Amino acid sequence: MAKRLTCDVVVVGAGMVGAACAWYAARASLDVRVVDRGPVAGGTTGAGEGNLLVSDKGPGPELELALLSARLWAELADGLGAAVEYEPKGGLVIASTPAALSALTRFAAGQRAAGVTADPVGPDELRSLEPYLIPGVAGGVRYPQDAQVMPALAAAHLLRASGARVHTGRTVTGVLRAPDGTVRGVRTDHGDLHAPAVVNAAGTWGGDLAALARVRLPVLPRRGFVLVTEPLPRRVRHKVYAADYVADVASDSAALRSSPVVEGTAAGPVLIGATRERVGFDRSLSLPAVRALARGAIGLFPFLAGVRALRTYAGFRPYLPDHLPAIGPDPRAPGLFHACGHEGAGIGLATGTGRLIAQALTGKAPDMDLTPFRPERFDTEGGESA
Amino acid sequence: MTERPRLAVVGAGPAGLAGALAAAARGVDVTLVDAAGRPGGQFHRQPSPALGAPPRQGHTWERLRTGLDRHRVTHLTEHHVWCVQRDSMSFLVHALLGPAQDEGVSLRADAVLLATGGHEYVLPFPGWTLPGVITAGGAQAMLKGERVLPGRHVVVAGTGPLLLPVATGLAAAGAEVAALVESADPGAVPRRFPDLLVRPDKLAEGAGYAVRLLRHRVRILTRHTVVAAHGTDRLEAVTVAPLSPGGRSLRILCDTLAVGHGMLPGTDLAETLGCTLTGTAVRVDAEQRTDVPGAWAAGETTGIGGAALALAEGHIAGRSAAARLYGRTPDPAGWAPAARARSRLRRFFAAVDAVCAPPPGRAGSVPDDTVVCRCEEVTAGEVRTAVSTLGATDARSAKLLTRAGMGWCQGRMCGPAVAALTGCPLTPGRRPFARPVPLGVLAALPDPDAPAP
Repeated sequence: MAKRLTCDVVVVGAGMVGAACAWYAARASLDVRVVDRGPVAGGTTGAGEGNLLVSDKGPGPELELALLSARLWAELADGLGAAVEYEPKGGLVIASTPAALSALTRFAAGQRAAGVTADPVGPDELRSLEPYLIPGVAGGVRYPQDAQVMPALAAAHLLRASGARVHTGRTVTGVLRAPDGTVRGVRTDHGDLHAPAVVNAAGTWGGDLAALARVRLPVLPRRGFVLVTEPLPRRVRHKVYAADYVADVASDSAALRSSPVVEGTAAGPVLIGATRERVGFDRSLSLPAVRALARGAIGLFPFLAGVRALRTYAGFRPYLPDHLPAIGPDPRAPGLFHACGHEGAGIGLATGTGRLIAQALTGKAPDMDLTPFRPERFDTEGGESA
Repeated sequence: MTERPRLAVVGAGPAGLAGALAAAARGVDVTLVDAAGRPGGQFHRQPSPALGAPPRQGHTWERLRTGLDRHRVTHLTEHHVWCVQRDSMSFLVHALLGPAQDEGVSLRADAVLLATGGHEYVLPFPGWTLPGVITAGGAQAMLKGERVLPGRHVVVAGTGPLLLPVATGLAAAGAEVAALVESADPGAVPRRFPDLLVRPDKLAEGAGYAVRLLRHRVRILTRHTVVAAHGTDRLEAVTVAPLSPGGRSLRILCDTLAVGHGMLPGTDLAETLGCTLTGTAVRVDAEQRTDVPGAWAAGETTGIGGAALALAEGHIAGRSAAARLYGRTPDPAGWAPAARARSRLRRFFAAVDAVCAPPPGRAGSVPDDTVVCRCEEVTAGEVRTAVSTLGATDARSAKLLTRAGMGWCQGRMCGPAVAALTGCPLTPGRRPFARPVPLGVLAALPDPDAPAP
């Protein structure tokens, strides 16, 4: 005899992705509960810049998800825009040398074919778009679809608007499964939540939650530092970064790579981020990392040399070996859905992910093919892991 | 010739000075690094030389000052340390130079003694951001360093052992101290007598201040607190209310309110270095060692306890560091008097702390429209909304959702109030940069891949 159900779906993780899953699931008339061992936005969401980028993605499934997400973010901004500091400011990718410019131009042409708006910008127009940019660069590309939110506010307001019941400070200690393997809810340190569906939106800790359901999902942390300056009048108008950033995102190197995104914020400070290092969960300050961020930012905007950094913080971007997230149902544990592993793009990709998860939960046809995001794609033997 | 081991002492207050002298006297090459232009810290703050005023006298101060010259301690003044970093075998102390703090300098040492002191905090109340409201410590610094009165008609308020000397100093310098408002209950003192009597001299010092205040006809209101400051462009009056039920509030005219609710240890450098904290203070062992090898800590950074305790701790730290830097195990018998003073003073100040804890619940009950974070202009109501409707359950998430603590002071002032409003215990904020650093200084840091000099 089945236990009485607590709700239709339990979302594990009160970060940006969990909030988006809760929002779209609730809009699909599901009764949703969200569980997190910490506060709202206590993990990677609270340690990011809030980039909603299409510009850094080459043609492929991630770009398709980014374009879907960008449309959904613009929809959400209709009601929540001011509260979550949504700014459709656009991105500006800079090529300092003619060689970098030709690589960027080729990259942008591929993106355009995939549906991205990518406008070439000459040096003179660059100066009018960003008057404080270093003179003498070869050129750039403008991406009007790039935007910005304040990630912690976005997660908190979306959760609130979803109407889902949120249980913060409550740790999931197990995933409940029926004898036939079907997921029936979660066990927590404050009692069980019974539901026919569980969404793993645990971000960097998504691998641990998967392990509780006895399935393997190799999510690993990648450390990113962000530098925050004193508040300034708006001098940096777009999301500005150097063209070599694109190479870094797909990088398999464990060493520090940095080509920082520089941007002004609604609140005044300039954000400079982020480095990417594979050093496990080490949060201690890395002066080489902040040095690299400062050098990169001054390389784009020389006036920043005299501007003070008030703080720096590190977050752990969850990544999977092929740098694509895990989104969708897990055939190894029926009733378990994954929505994690978005690396440094989780804020931007959250809306599309939430919509796709809601479609999967309600048996609707997904807006895009989920095959590349299959959570079981890393199982070489195809079965359950121990 | 073998080189002498190098110890960098951060902070030239009582703890740093005592540590520097103890280590230098035992053959260590000591560099004392401090933000001020003159040694002494807040406690031994000397009048600005431009004033031509005679220096403050005192046996301890004389000993420290002359010791600095005798032991050839390198004293780097106006060096604002923003980060201490440890690499494979030594430490790098990163500082900003001069009043402008535009240029950086990095100093290498084999060991560090963190004597970074503490900072005062104020719990907010309506009107606390008006011009004319200053911290008790700020009033003291003006008096000691600049020999100026912050105002003519002053109310000194809050809680803690700092209020008595501040009020006495102001009265002696000619200010009309309209009231000393202390939230602590003197009735709680007898219960702590066994602990307080370990230092009868300190108890007598406090009583001496009280006697002098009475002689200046200063009204002392205990179990009272300032609930509002009034004024249009600047402070004109304060409302003082009793903490016990039944009493009446009163309005006191004043042009200056010197207010302080206590001190918090300065732990930024230690925290970034990786030292373990206990509560809000750096954890040290009997030798004043932190759990980071090669890093010692002394004074307020290891717990608030005043200048005498800082001296004892600094002395022990300096002797321990000297022995360890020469590869010897120190003999604690050598510093037995300091160790005795340390244990008595710690016991004494634990009792003072218990008596002078800010009234519970007050910080959490300020009106919604009161600004709690003045850097980012965040009100108590905004913090409450973040807790009640947005899911903030700790100080970090409250900060993320309101910006409280994200501004220039990085939450040093508003931390206790935000914690109280969030309903969580106060934890030291994580501040990788102990002070704001120009990006140009960060960019010019030594290349990590270059061979070490």
